[in-house]
Amino acid sequence: MSYVLTCPNCGPREVTDFGFGGEVNPRPRSDPSERELGVYNYFRRNVAGVQREWWCHRSGCGAWFYAERDTRTNEVLLTELPEPAA
Amino acid sequence: MTRLPPQDGERVDREREVTFTFDGREVTGLEGDTIGSALFASGRRTFSRSFKYHRRRGLMCCAGQCPNCLVQVDGAPGVRACTEPVQEGMEVEHMNARPSLEFDAMRATDLFGGPFTPPGFYYKTFIRPRRLWPLYEKILRHAAGLGKVPKEQAEREWRTEYRRRHADILVVGGGAAGLSAAIAAAELGADVVLADEGPEPGGRLLAEGNHARARELTARARDLGVELLTSAPALGAFDGLVPVWERDTLHQVRAQRIVYATGAIEQPLLFPGNDLPGVMLSGGAVRLATLYGISPGSRAVVATVDDRGLEAAVALLARGVEVATVADLREHGNSDAMKQLMRQGVHVLRGATVLQAEGRSSLQRVTLGPPGAGEGGAGEHELTCDLLAVSGGSAPATSLLAQSGARTRYDERLGHFVLSEMPEGAHAAGEVAGSGSLFEAERSGAVAGAGAAHELGFGDDESRARVETERKTVLNSRDGMPEVAVPPAVTSSRRGKCFACLCEDVTAKDIHLSVEEGYDSIELSKRYTTTTMGPCQGRMCQLPAVRLMAEETGTSLADVGTTTARPPWHAVPMGALAGRPFEPAKRSSMHARHRELGANVLWAGDWRRAYDYGDPRAEALAVHETAGLIDVSTLGKLIVRGPDAGELLDRLYPNRFSNLAPGRIRYGVMASDAGRIMDDGTICRLDDDSFYVTTTSSGAGAVYQWFSWWLADWRLNVHLTDVTQGLSAVNLAGPRAREILASLTDLDCSAEGFAYLDGKRADVAGVPCLLLRIGFVGEVGYELHFPSAHGEHLWDALMEAGGPLGLRPFGLEPQRLLRLQKMHILVGQDTDSESTPFGAAMPWIVKLDKEQPFIGKWALEKAASGELETTLVGFRLADGHVPTEGAVVLPDGDGPVGQVTSARFSPQLGGVIGMAWVPVSLAKDGASVTISDEGRRLQAEVVTKPFYDPDGEVLRS
Repeated sequence: MSYVLTCPNCGPREVTDFGFGGEVNPRPRSDPSERELGVYNYFRRNVAGVQREWWCHRSGCGAWFYAERDTRTNEVLLTELPEPAA
Repeated sequence: MTRLPPQDGERVDREREVTFTFDGREVTGLEGDTIGSALFASGRRTFSRSFKYHRRRGLMCCAGQCPNCLVQVDGAPGVRACTEPVQEGMEVEHMNARPSLEFDAMRATDLFGGPFTPPGFYYKTFIRPRRLWPLYEKILRHAAGLGKVPKEQAEREWRTEYRRRHADILVVGGGAAGLSAAIAAAELGADVVLADEGPEPGGRLLAEGNHARARELTARARDLGVELLTSAPALGAFDGLVPVWERDTLHQVRAQRIVYATGAIEQPLLFPGNDLPGVMLSGGAVRLATLYGISPGSRAVVATVDDRGLEAAVALLARGVEVATVADLREHGNSDAMKQLMRQGVHVLRGATVLQAEGRSSLQRVTLGPPGAGEGGAGEHELTCDLLAVSGGSAPATSLLAQSGARTRYDERLGHFVLSEMPEGAHAAGEVAGSGSLFEAERSGAVAGAGAAHELGFGDDESRARVETERKTVLNSRDGMPEVAVPPAVTSSRRGKCFACLCEDVTAKDIHLSVEEGYDSIELSKRYTTTTMGPCQGRMCQLPAVRLMAEETGTSLADVGTTTARPPWHAVPMGALAGRPFEPAKRSSMHARHRELGANVLWAGDWRRAYDYGDPRAEALAVHETAGLIDVSTLGKLIVRGPDAGELLDRLYPNRFSNLAPGRIRYGVMASDAGRIMDDGTICRLDDDSFYVTTTSSGAGAVYQWFSWWLADWRLNVHLTDVTQGLSAVNLAGPRAREILASLTDLDCSAEGFAYLDGKRADVAGVPCLLLRIGFVGEVGYELHFPSAHGEHLWDALMEAGGPLGLRPFGLEPQRLLRLQKMHILVGQDTDSESTPFGAAMPWIVKLDKEQPFIGKWALEKAASGELETTLVGFRLADGHVPTEGAVVLPDGDGPVGQVTSARFSPQLGGVIGMAWVPVSLAKDGASVTISDEGRRLQAEVVTKPFYDPDGEVLRS
């Protein structure tokens, strides 16, 4: 695995500069059933295609951001910081 | 001597001798020689013993392509003698032969072992009785192999480096095509890197008479600012990243466009005796003569299927080598080279090839004739010679391209696989793309280089138009490719081993057998016979193996196809891949003081820490009796500030922090959303908006990332600052700690003025500190956090003030004992990835009534309503034996039900204490559990409250 990821703050960097947070896995809103909680904690969709995921610029600015990446080609379609709080 | 008179363009400097040793004996070569050329010039013909049969092998390709000249240099195995430059004093040794290269006892496998060593023989012959396999394996490992890695190495003297290189264009291969591509791209303004395997760029230009042109192109490329990497093979193609190994540096080249000018690999022919020393590829023979001024033999025979062999014959003649006969498999043809041979009266056999090569330790005799002829057939010629130059056609070096996604198809006319589909962003030029002659290679290189640059926006309309015209010319010229005769899989059915794969000693017969046994696809046969899996990575054997397979299975080469190309394309030392060991050591600002005090310093994660100062038991006792001082700078330290700081902590921890009063401290255990313990630490509220959070030493980085991740998701109005490095910390603890502290500060240190779990800011010895009154070690204690710059000053001040009162520094080991006496857990030591706060006997820390859906809430709610299976307890041992951490807890002699996580002898308590996970039914004071430790059975008594000061009276005093 080797490609370039663009940190929204710092610009393009080797992927080894970043920490991977996995696919975006929204937390259940409130009081999930046991199954919902199990799915949230332990199951991932693991798609072969474009996936929205979390990355952290660990060896750089430290920011967490979203990336959309094609898991088959490692093509990164976009990276963006979470919207600032309203 | 086999040196020829000085040759025009040779690489050796005849004035400068270089002396090295081969198997202990001195050999003198010339500056510019390779190990291979110097040894050959000194008369050596056998360079190695083959992998399985231990047959003699000599120089064959002289271009780093075949496995025949692998040697061990200064202890490093697997070095290609034919490309490795000689250096004064280097120690070269042979590989895989015992007792010596000239007399190898294992040769018996070749002479007598034939029927016993078919493919996969080690699974057949050596499988019974089964229990002896470990022994067989040892013997086989010893017999086969490619040199020996020294078991020990003194101080590592060489270092390897990674280098990341981003470029517009990478050109792989520095022959005529590669150099031209680099020049064309650089002329248009692109940033170009060129990587070439050879010690000097030029490729075939150098050896085939046009060295002046090679040097002209190299100089031009250099002038244009092309970064030229020599002796630098590309190892593979990974998602657009090409690792290029150049001596001690691994360049990780990431280019927007890649021009592959990897050339073609001259192929051997398959005939009995095709591995004898003296049988060389025609290019190898020419390289020896041209580059190193060495006569490759005194009487040569040439067997060829194309003009390349004829050109080699002309070149050898020109250098004074007698060429007895040339066998050209083609019936017709009248190229320039053929005309020259005719003019010089060389005997040429048309429609003929080599049927057999014979000789004892090297080539003595060859038989030429029409292919397929049996013993004594018509048109046969037997000739004495000591050199057979073979040209079995060429195979485009498409492996790197295939790794990056290119496809190939079989070309009937050319008899090899050609590129049919190119991946995006890649260009091919020169022989790999089918531009055979050096002139065409230059032209196709220029087109590819300029084309790549144009794709990146360099150049203008005019340059685009010009290159477009050139491109058409290049494509048209490929139709006029010279005639090639496609050789049969094997040229004759005569007796003798006929090697398809030199690396792994696989014969044509072995491939026949493997098909008979059902391994009838090329991928299966590859795995079974290991053809193409040796050091040559298929350079010499892929095409012959495909031909044999097609013949055996009665299909076409197109149907058989090729095996999958995989990295590494070129052998590379593991050390080069590992790079420089990068282990940064963190040292606290007081580290020098620990050294001066004679501390035993050990690794603790990235940190160098004082494990003890020579007497851990006495250090622990000093904390109980007088006072101790420990450097705890390794703790993770975060400042959480902002209007939502309390809210953030309430969401991240199972207990509550928003109601913590400023100046007060609370312990926190962080859980995951699965309810498992992740980290722990103390949190002090500094003021309404800010908290000071400490974490475990090893968890510092992860906790900061965890906090910032949730903060990014929740977008609360909070700012995080990691002050782990900026602040140092010490813990001053013991009955006299208060007195010592009071002597250095104006702060009211009385039990009332500075109570347990108070956090205060004050100057200590003139240094602004945050003081936390907490008790990890069980005595009255103060954790002082302060700017790292003042580390030594504060340490000295405390030691000076405390020395007369009996203050001693204590290390990590006594601290672990002291905390065990208090039954404080160490996350990761006493807990694992399955532990919940309930299991770890801390139900009081989970506030399920908290309004926030804190991390771990739902899982912990479920855990709270369910039944626990095991729980963490303390234990005391009557026996003086300290159980190993990890020892098993047995209920009544049946299977294990838990394990010991910590255990120490406590001089303060006068016995062995520890913590263990046990079934809930046993988690009551006085219960008896059996611990099984390395064959011993120990009877332990369960304790659920801290061993020392169970009610915390000492701590709070």
